[in-house]
Order: sequence, then structure tokens, then C-alpha cells
Amino acid sequence: MSEFEVELKNINKSFGDFKASRDINFGIKKGRLVGLLGPSGSGKTTILRMIAGLENPDSGDIFIGGERVNDVVAGKRGIGFVFQSYALFRHMTVFDNVAFGLTLLNKDKEFINKKVNELLELVGLAKFSHRYPAELSGGQRQRVAFARALAPEPKLLLLDEPFAAIDAKVRKELRQWLKTTINELGITSIFVTHDQDEAIEVADDIIITNKGRIEQVGTPADIYREPNTSFVAEFIGDSIRLDDISKFKGFDINEDNTSTEGIGGIIRPEFLEIAADESEASMPLGSEEGKVIATYFRGNNIQVDLEVKGEILHGWRSLEKKPLKRGDKALVFIHRIYSFKNNHTTILENRGKLKDSVII
Amino acid sequence: MKKDKLVRISLIFLAVSFIFIMLVLPLLLVAKEALAKGFAVYANSLTEGIAVKAMILTLEATVAAVLFNTIFGVASAWLLTKYDFKGKTFLASIIDLPFAISPVVAGLFFIMLFGRMSPLYPFLQAEHIKIVFAIPGIILATIFVTLPFITRELVPVMEAQGRDEEEAAASMGADGFTIFRKITLPNIKWALLYGVTLCTARAMGEFGAVSVVSGHIRGKTNTLPLHIEILYNEYNFTAAFAVASVLVIFAIIILIVRNYIEWRSKKKISAV
Repeated sequence: MSEFEVELKNINKSFGDFKASRDINFGIKKGRLVGLLGPSGSGKTTILRMIAGLENPDSGDIFIGGERVNDVVAGKRGIGFVFQSYALFRHMTVFDNVAFGLTLLNKDKEFINKKVNELLELVGLAKFSHRYPAELSGGQRQRVAFARALAPEPKLLLLDEPFAAIDAKVRKELRQWLKTTINELGITSIFVTHDQDEAIEVADDIIITNKGRIEQVGTPADIYREPNTSFVAEFIGDSIRLDDISKFKGFDINEDNTSTEGIGGIIRPEFLEIAADESEASMPLGSEEGKVIATYFRGNNIQVDLEVKGEILHGWRSLEKKPLKRGDKALVFIHRIYSFKNNHTTILENRGKLKDSVII
Repeated sequence: MKKDKLVRISLIFLAVSFIFIMLVLPLLLVAKEALAKGFAVYANSLTEGIAVKAMILTLEATVAAVLFNTIFGVASAWLLTKYDFKGKTFLASIIDLPFAISPVVAGLFFIMLFGRMSPLYPFLQAEHIKIVFAIPGIILATIFVTLPFITRELVPVMEAQGRDEEEAAASMGADGFTIFRKITLPNIKWALLYGVTLCTARAMGEFGAVSVVSGHIRGKTNTLPLHIEILYNEYNFTAAFAVASVLVIFAIIILIVRNYIEWRSKKKISAV
């Protein structure tokens, strides 16, 4: 037996001329809640549909619970699928929707009643069992779809953009609810999303897809801290792209003392320390001089957009510090940069910090 | 405001008088002519042997066309909306062809295909299969002219519903037939019934194509519309209008059924 509950090996899939999946390989351990994250058209939904058996790969193998399922039809793979549109049966009540999978298994009436009521209780819709899908709100429909997928007790739960069609406030609540519920049930789950905040907040592990390929697999923290590829660095978090990092103080040479001229990189707002003047700056000598272009009040901090050596950077400043206005001069210390080389990312720390520590 | 009212009243007047002259008046005339020589003659024209035969043949052709087109309509709409394949748009336009072709041309087409000039004719002759100038020809012609009705009603409905519900059922282990019976059919029920009524109305009234393939053999290959034409051409107006009134009554019944279905399906939609 493999250590993975779900495993994809060398999967390729094309739709006409469009390559939706290129050499996909990954494994998912039992009980994990995994987010398939990528921009639209990156092939994440195709991967989910292939695992479900709603699409067939052109080549490669899919394993669920150690068994190769390429030739097993969707209904026999032991999966529950939650569609982006929910795909509730519009002519059936909430109860009948949830009961559908169980009636197919020829369970007796008593068992079905008990199970459906349990599930409706779990999703908080016990009172709505006689309603039709059209009489429910988006969030309620989504929970019916979830209960319906869980009813036949699948080994694997697959969710396609589960929160896409729900308004922002309900979405936040539902994310937390879904994470807690799935963790309590302990069912291996994969969900597709194009929203990085959602993936980071909900998933135990994230698989990042781009142009039909897998860019990186890891925990949200790993991916955030150590993006493997330039795509991941740019896609995750708030990123500012640079074409040439060598012009900034402290980033003129690589760790191996080669020049960084012409090497691109990514800066994140949290890598910047913005000071109004030298007395406020912790590293005045290593700082660049910038000009404030705009400031935005963001509740618990202020976002400052600055022009530094022809690049537009943005960072955050605490509300307690001296406010900056448009046109003001400011000092910017760049703590680190993700530099790109051959599509691989390395974290470069500002050399100024190392020198200072040597002097002291 | 006053001008608005004037426009509205004149438009209503126009519409009502148009409907009266074009629809109500002819219907009243049919009734008047049919009963011109008293109810006994009216009843007699309807119960006379040839008229009854024509009625039965019309019903046969209608039932056959509706049955065939229901199956074909559901199957073709399913194919056009749930699958992707090359030549899909082409197939969709082919199905609409009977709407564009004159029924007379369709009739001639069947004569060419199964009649004396056809390369198939020796074979049909040897097997004693009579299609043209016989009942099978009439049924084929009726099926042909009513072919698009049900497909046309179903395709937009099924397209709007997408494949998600079917896929959801499949992911839970339902087989094709169960999916059709429990998911697809309930969703298209009203559109299907609506298509069936339209198909029925058209099948009963079909004249052109049937006229060409029928051969006009009284008591054998005459449908109601053909029978009416013959009676009329013989200056037997009372009988012609009496038989015509039967078609009118059928049409009115279908209209009522149609409106009921429309009302039901709308109610269903607004409730949802």
C-alpha cells in the first residue's frame, strides 16, 4: 500500500489543442484538506474532474486508496463531488437531494431517514428539509451540496470552487465552517480555488498549478515563506515584481558573490521598512531614498506607495509613526528579495544587515 | 397622457378587429356552414364511412408521428446538449430543415425515394412493401414535417440546465437510465409536453406533404384535411365544413391543453 490516499502519476490531458494537464504528479495523505490553487485556465478543475472520473486522462495513472481507478466509473470511485454551481436537483426537496445517493445504494427507508436527518443537522439545515433548492440562499445551497456529497460516505471529498458563488461575508464564515467540519469528519478532501487567501486560510496543504503544470506542493506557510518558482513568488502574497534587483543597496551581488545585474525578483510589502527620516530608520546607511506617491488608510495600518530608483514599491507603516504625505521624502530599507534564476527562487537577505552585524 | 390613451385604444381596436376578421369570423363561418342544413346532416357527414376512415387515418398518423418524434426529439436534444462532437451545429440545422422546406417538396422527396422512379422500387415491389400512395407514406410524411418541434422545444431548456445535475448523479453512482428517469426527465417534463402538443397540432393539420404521397384514395389514404379538400371541390360545402369543424374542435382542445401547460410550467418557474 502506498502512503498516499490519492496519487496522480504522469497525468497528461488535452482538450483539442489546449494542454490542460502536463505531466502531473502528486500524492495526498489520508485525512488532509488540500487546496488546488492556480489562476483560471491553469488546469486545476481538470485535475479535480479527472480524480472524480468526470474526465479521463490521455495518459498516466490515478490511484485512490491504493487502487488504480482509471477504468472505474465516477460512481464507483467512492468520491463525493461538490460542484461549483452546486448542481442540486432542482425538482427535489433538500431531503430528497441528500437522500439521492443513498437510494441508489438501495438502503432501507429507516436508514436513509436517519442518515439524511443527521447530515442536515450537521450542516444546520434540519428545518429546511422540505424546501426546494430555489428557495434557499447561496450559502444554504452550498451546504446542501456538501451534505449530499457526504451522504454515501465517500472516502474522498472533491469540491470545485466551493465558495466562488457566495457573497464575501458568508464566504468567510463558510470557509471556517467547512475547515472545521472536514477536520472533524477526518475525510480526505481536495478543493479547487483561484483565491490565494482562501487556500492559505483553509488548506492543510496547497498544490499550485500554472499552465497545466504543478509549480509547488507544500503547507501554506512553506509556500509563503519559500516559493520555489518565480510564478509562485508572484502569485502568492502581495508581490511587487522587479526586472533588475542589482540597483538596490545590499543586493548587488548574489550569495556566491556573482553579480545580480539583470536578475529579476519579487519584493513583498512586509520586506520593506519605511522611515520618515534618519532618526527613525534602523539602518539609515543601507536605506534607499524614496518619494511618497500616495498613502492609503487601511484600518490597522497605512499603505505607502513610493518611487525608489524608478520602481514603484509599496509597504506598510504603523499608525503611531509620523504620518507621511504625498511628495514627502522617505527612507526605505529592503530587508530581503526573492531573486529569480532559471525559474528558481532564492531568498536574498540585504547584505547591509550582515555588514552591520560584522562591525558591531 | 391623453395621447397615450388614444394610441392605446386605437392599437387595441386594431388588434381586436384584425383577430375578429382573420380568426373568429372564419371559425363562425365554419360553424354556420357546417350546420347550414341542420344538425342531422352535420352528424351524418361526420359518421359517414369515408369520413370516419379519414378521421381514423389522421389519428393514426398523428399518434405515430408524435410517438416517433417524442423519442427522436428527446434523443436528439440529449445528444445536442449533453455531448460535444464534430458537426454538432450542422446536425442542429439539419433537424430544422423540415421548417424551411415546403411540405410539397418533402412529399415529392418521398415519391422520389420510394416511388416508381426510385432505385429502391424493384426491391420494395418484390417484398410487397407499399410506401407511397399508402399509409406508411402518409405516416412518413407527417413525421417529416413535424420532426423539429420537440427537439426545438427541448434544446434551449436542456442547454440552460447544463450537465451539472447529471454529472452529480453520475458521481453518486447512478447509471444512464436512472439519470434520465430521475434527473433529466423531471426537468424537461413541461417543455416536452409543450413540444408534444405543438407536434400533435401540426401532425393533424398537415396537408401539403401528405397530399403528395397519399394518392387520394377515398376511404383508404385520405386524411381529414385531404377529405375536406375533396368534399369542397365537389361543391359539397356542408359536409366539407362539418368535417372541418372536427379539426377546429381538435385545434381548440390542443390550444387549451397548450395554455394549461404553459401556465403550469410558468407557475413552476415562478415558484422556484
